[in-house]
Amino acid sequence: MMIKEGGDGLPQAKRKYQLRIPSQTDNLEIIREFVSRVARKVGFKDDDVGKIELAVDEACANVIEHAYQKDDKQPIDIVLQIDYQKFTVIITDRGHGFDPKRIKTPDMKEYLAQMRVGGLGIYLMRTLMDEIDFDVKPGNRNQVKMSKYFLDKKNHPDAKAVR
Amino acid sequence: MPGFEVARVENGDIAVLRLKGYLDAHTAPDLESALQKLIDDKRVKIVVNFKDLTYISSAGLGVFMGFIEEVRGGGGDIKLTDMNQKIYRVFDLLGFPTLFEISNEENLAVNNFSKSKSR
Repeated sequence: MMIKEGGDGLPQAKRKYQLRIPSQTDNLEIIREFVSRVARKVGFKDDDVGKIELAVDEACANVIEHAYQKDDKQPIDIVLQIDYQKFTVIITDRGHGFDPKRIKTPDMKEYLAQMRVGGLGIYLMRTLMDEIDFDVKPGNRNQVKMSKYFLDKKNHPDAKAVR
Repeated sequence: MPGFEVARVENGDIAVLRLKGYLDAHTAPDLESALQKLIDDKRVKIVVNFKDLTYISSAGLGVFMGFIEEVRGGGGDIKLTDMNQKIYRVFDLLGFPTLFEISNEENLAVNNFSKSKSR
């Protein structure tokens, strides 16, 4: 995909994209489309697009199931921020908060032995993204912020401008 | 257009489920019902073909975790085949290859059932 560059060869300004969507599992498909489209547009290759897409799906599925406890009329806000270094996804809900410290990264051995399901989504989010941060204010708003860096400079939409 | 479809194909005493579309928190219950139906029908030699599956999240993987004990307890197995690289990576990240037999072709999985009578 061609990315438009500033004619003066200077990097473009920050970009921001947002989506507000009801908390229904049926909408996960649309959320994935939205996030993948933007990630691809700003230069990520299939491999990283897939990682970002899955991390966001897991975060939103958690919001639907846990924060809103399957109340399907609540809003999920997804904001994508792109700057010179990284692609950041901010997912906000106004549902029941949870303490991320209480969600242990599962010990895979133990998990496989017991064949338990749970906490997998958070484990994946931590593994797939470069940075992840939870900001939980129960009864007010809960937010998860995840970033992936444009480590490979060729990934960056403005890379061609700084030849 | 449905986002996810499961087709059931009988191959002797082996049941093959062919998945199509995407498997996420929305569609995982459909796979769950298909597997539950097999178990209700006492079909425990199960091959799941991922050839036409384009996407999977932990909700989809969780379904297999939910059934594997019961299926193996009944003398059967769930063998997985034809995954593309993107889907295999998710299985791999969650340590599934040590837990499930994953092969490149449906025939291999079917033959493996015939080879080992115990499973």
